[in-house]
Amino acid sequence: MWMTELPPFVPFFIAALMVLISSGWPRNLVLLVTPVLAGLYLWLDVTPGTVLTVPIIEFELVLMRADRLSLLFGYIFHIAAFIAAIFSLHERDTTQAVASQLYVGSALGAVFAGDLITLFIFWELLAISSVFLVWARHTERAIRSGMRYLVIQVSSGMLLLAGALLQYYQTDSLTFDFIGLEGISGWLIFIAFGIKCAFPLLHNWLPDAYPEATPTGTVFLSAFTTKTAVYALARGFPGTELLVYIGAVMTVFPIFYAVIENDLRRVLSYSLINQLGFMVCGIGIGTALALNGTVAHAFSHIIYKALLFMSMGAVLYRAGNIYASDLGGMYKSMPKTAVFCIIGASSISAFPLFSGFVSKSMVLAAMIEEGYDYIWLVLLFASAGVLHHAGIKIPYYAFFAKDAGIRTEEAPLNMLIAMGIAALLCIFIGTQPSYLYALLPWEVEFWPYDTTHVLTQLQLLLFAVLAFVWTNKIGLHPHEIHAVNVDIEWLYRKLLPDAAAYMYGVYKRIGYDFIESAHASLKATARTISRTRPGRFHLAASWPTGSMVLWIAVILGFFLLADALY
Amino acid sequence: MIEQNLSLLLVVLPLLAAPVTAILPQGKAPWLLTLITTWLCLILASWQLSLVTDGSVISYALGGWAPPWGIEYRIDAMNALVALLISGIAAITLPYALHTVEKEIPRHQLSLFYAVFLLCLVGLLGIAQTGDVFNLFVFLEISSLSSYVLIAMGEQRRALTAAFQYLIMGSIGATFLLIGIGLLFVETGTLNMLDLHERLQPIMHHRTVHTGFAFIVVGIALKLALFPLHLWLPNAYKYSPSAISVFLAATATKVAVYIMLRMVFTVFSTDFVRATPTDHIFLLLGVFGVILASIAAIYQTDMKRLLAYSSIAQISYMVLGMGLASALGVTATLVHVFNHALMKGALFMAAGALVYRVGSSQFKKLDGLGRHMPWTFAAIFIAGLSLIGIPGTAGFISKWYLVLAAIEHQSWLIALVILLGSLLTVVYMWKLVELLFFRPITDPALTVTEAPAWLLLPMWTLIIANIYFGINTELTVGVAETAVNLLGIAAIHE
Repeated sequence: MWMTELPPFVPFFIAALMVLISSGWPRNLVLLVTPVLAGLYLWLDVTPGTVLTVPIIEFELVLMRADRLSLLFGYIFHIAAFIAAIFSLHERDTTQAVASQLYVGSALGAVFAGDLITLFIFWELLAISSVFLVWARHTERAIRSGMRYLVIQVSSGMLLLAGALLQYYQTDSLTFDFIGLEGISGWLIFIAFGIKCAFPLLHNWLPDAYPEATPTGTVFLSAFTTKTAVYALARGFPGTELLVYIGAVMTVFPIFYAVIENDLRRVLSYSLINQLGFMVCGIGIGTALALNGTVAHAFSHIIYKALLFMSMGAVLYRAGNIYASDLGGMYKSMPKTAVFCIIGASSISAFPLFSGFVSKSMVLAAMIEEGYDYIWLVLLFASAGVLHHAGIKIPYYAFFAKDAGIRTEEAPLNMLIAMGIAALLCIFIGTQPSYLYALLPWEVEFWPYDTTHVLTQLQLLLFAVLAFVWTNKIGLHPHEIHAVNVDIEWLYRKLLPDAAAYMYGVYKRIGYDFIESAHASLKATARTISRTRPGRFHLAASWPTGSMVLWIAVILGFFLLADALY
Repeated sequence: MIEQNLSLLLVVLPLLAAPVTAILPQGKAPWLLTLITTWLCLILASWQLSLVTDGSVISYALGGWAPPWGIEYRIDAMNALVALLISGIAAITLPYALHTVEKEIPRHQLSLFYAVFLLCLVGLLGIAQTGDVFNLFVFLEISSLSSYVLIAMGEQRRALTAAFQYLIMGSIGATFLLIGIGLLFVETGTLNMLDLHERLQPIMHHRTVHTGFAFIVVGIALKLALFPLHLWLPNAYKYSPSAISVFLAATATKVAVYIMLRMVFTVFSTDFVRATPTDHIFLLLGVFGVILASIAAIYQTDMKRLLAYSSIAQISYMVLGMGLASALGVTATLVHVFNHALMKGALFMAAGALVYRVGSSQFKKLDGLGRHMPWTFAAIFIAGLSLIGIPGTAGFISKWYLVLAAIEHQSWLIALVILLGSLLTVVYMWKLVELLFFRPITDPALTVTEAPAWLLLPMWTLIIANIYFGINTELTVGVAETAVNLLGIAAIHE
C-alpha cells in the first residue's frame, strides 16, 4: 500500500502542518482523514516485528518498533484520535487543532519508540504539545494550572533523560526494554514514568490541569498522556511487585476526592487515576493474564473515559458550567447526551455487557491467581467506589437530581456522532470481547462471562447502588457545594510558600538585631567601596572599566597563587 | 598552484581587498566587493577543510623560510574548522549587512566600514591559520583594533563608551598575552608553536614558564569573555551595528576559545594542565559563569544585552569542556564553538531585524512584535530551542557531548550545572517569547511589517543549519574528533 516503514507519528506531524496552513472544511477533512488513513496503514501494513532505525550521532535511534504490545496501543490511539477529532470539529481554534495533532503524534512516537532517547524526545513533546490544550481555554486558572502542569511534565522528562544517560553510561545501551528497579537509573526512569502515570503523591497535575482544559482538549488529554505512561511501565517494569501496592493505593484514594468534588470533570479526573490504578496493579502482577488485562483495560478505558469526558464536555459547552451543585435535570434538554453518558458510566462501572467488565475482570482474576487476596479486596472496594462516583454521581447530578432549570439545545451533531461511536464501541467490546482478546499481546485463555464473575460483579454493583440511594435518602451523602478540596498540591501551593514566609518572619524577628548590625556595617563598607569606585554592584548591570581591571588582577593573582601552592 | 598556497590565500585575499574597498566610491560597490571576497574565502576555507578532514596536516612556510625560523602556517582539522566557521559567518553576514548597514552607518563611511570589516576578517582568519605565537598576537591585534572601530560605529553615542571599554580591556588582554609569549620566548628562544611545545618539555617546572602560562591564560580568558572577565562584552554587543553584533557574537569569542585550546593543549599539554590548577580554575569559573551569567540574562531589559549574557553563559560551557581536559570534553568544546556560532548568529540577526523595524532592542519597544513579524519570531523560537538544547537541534549535540564528558569525568556536579543552565536558558528565552508573542502591542498606531527578505534569508539559513547540524553531525563532531586526536589529549587516568 504505502512504504512499509513509516513511523506512526509522521502522518500526524504532517497533519499538524497542514492544519496550521488551512482552515474551514479542508482542515476538518485533514483532521478526520489522518487518523483513518494512518490507522488503516498500521492495521493492514505493519506487522509485528517491523523495526525502523535512524542513525544519529553514534546511536541507532529506533523510531519504530512494532510488536503486539505497541501495535495495540497504536490502534487504540488512532481510534481515540478519530473520535476526539469528530468531537472537536466545531472548533475554529488553530492552536488547539495544531496542538492536538502534535500531541497525538507524540504519543504514537513514544509508544513506538525503541530506545530511551527517542522515548525522551516524544515524552517531552507530549508535555509541550498538550499544555496548549489547557492554555487554550484562556482563563487565568487554566493558564496557571497549565504552567504547573508543564513544569511537572517537563521535570518528568528530565528525570527520564537523567536515567537514560546513567543507563547508557553503565550498560552502553539505550534500548528501551525491561528496565527494572536496579540501580539509580532504574529508579529515575521509574519515577519519570510514575509522574506521567499519576502515582499517588505525584498525581496532582492530573486533577489540577485536566478540568481546566477546553471541553475538546480534555477529551484528547484523557486518552494519551497517562496511557503512554501505562505503556512505558508495561514495557519497562512488568512484574515489579511494588507496582501492585502503588496501584492499589491509586484505586482507593481518588474515590474519596471524587465523592466530595463538585466539578464533574474533576470527578472524572480522579476516577481516571482510580482506573489507572487497576492497570498499574496488572503491570505489577506481571503474569501474561495480568498484562493482557492491563492492556485490554487501557484499550476499553480510553474509549469510555473519552465518552464520559465528551458527555461532560458537551454539557459544559451547552450549559456553560460543570458544577454538580448548579446542574441537574439536563436530560430534558440533552436526552441523547444523557443516554451516551449512562453508557459510559455503565462501562466504567464494569456492568456486564459493557467494555469495562471484560477488561477489569482479567486484572482481578490474575490477582486472585497470584494470591493477592487482600489487595483483591481493596480493588473490589475500589470497584464499588467507581460505580458510586463515576457510574452514578456523574449522570445523576448532571442529568437528573433536582432540576436546576437550565434549558439548552441538544449537543451539536458532531459531538453526538463522536459520542455515539464511542458508545457503540463500549457495547461492542462488552458483548463481543473475543475481538479485543484476539489482539492482546499474550496468548491467554480467558472468558469473563461465567456465572461467578457475573454474579460477583452484579452483587457488588447492586450493593453500591443501594449505598448511594441510602446515603442520599438519609442525608449522609456529602452535599455538592462549591468548595476547594485540599489535595497533595497543598504541599507546594500552600505549605512551601507559607513555610518560606514563616521562616522569613522568624529571620526577621530573632535575627533582627544581629542582622541589622551586620547589615549596617556591610552597608558602610559598601558605601566606602562605592565612594572609591563609583557604580552599581549588580551583576546584571554595566560595570565601570576600573572594576573590570580589578577583576583581571584578582584572577591573575589567584591563578599564580594557586599554581604556586598546587 | 592555488592548492599549494591555499592557506596563505585565505588571509591575503581579504587583506588585499581591504584597501581597495576603502577607496571605492560610496554606495553598493564596497559592499559588493566585500561580499565577493567573503564568499571566495568561504570557498577556499571549505576546500582547505576537505584537505585535512582525514587527519593530515598542511604546513606552509611563509616566504620559503623553513619552519622553526620562518613563520609557519600549520593547518589541521581544528584550524580548518575554525577558518570555515569564520568565513562562513562572514559570508552569511554580508547579505544581511546590506540593508542594516545602510540604515545604521552614515553614507560617507560605508566604504571605510567595509574596509575595516575586511581587516577584522583578516585578523580572525590569520589567527586560525597561523602556527606561530607572535604572528598570532599580531593577527589578534588586527582583529581587535578593527572590531573596536566597528563597535564604535554604532548609531548611539554610547557605542563610543562601549568601544572604549572594550579597547581598554582588549588591550590589557593582548598585553598579557604578549607578556606571556615574551616569557616563553626568553625561556626557549622560539616562537613556533610545535617547536615551543618540544622545547618546553624539559623545562616545564620553571617558574618563568608557569608565570608565562598564567599571563597567557588570563589574557586569552579576557578575550573570550570568561566569567568574571566578561564585563566588556554586553555593551560591546549591544551598541555595535546589527551586522557587527552578528559577526562578532558568532566569531570573535569563538576564535578566542580556539586560541585558548591551541595555547593550552598544543603549546603546553594536557599533562601540564593537570599538573597545574588550570583545569580546576576552568571548571570553577565555568560553573559560576553558566549559572550567574544565565541569571544575569534573566534580569536584562534589552534583547541584545540578554543575548550577550547568554553568550557568556554559553562560553562558560566551552570552558567547562576545556576544564574537563579530556578528549570528549574538548570535542564538546569544539562542537559547541561551531554550534553556538550558528544559534547566536541567528538570534542576533533576529534582534537586528527587530531593531531594523522599531529602532531599538529595549523590551518596552518589543511588546507583541512577534505577531507582526512571524518569520523573525519563529527564527527566535527555533534558535531558542537550539540554545536550550532540545533534541533535533545543534544545541543538543554539544550539550550531549558535554554531559557525556562530565559523566566520564565522574563530575556529577558539572553534569547537574549543565542541565540547570539549560533550565535557566528556558527561563530567559521564554521571557523573550512571552514578550514578543503574548503581550499586546503597546502602540496600536504602530504598523510594523515583517523584516525584508535580505534579512530573513541569512537568518533562516542559519536556522536551517541549526536543525541540519542537529541531525547530521558528520561535519561538526567528525571534524572535532579528528582535531582532538591531533591535539593528543591524554586519556583520563583515575
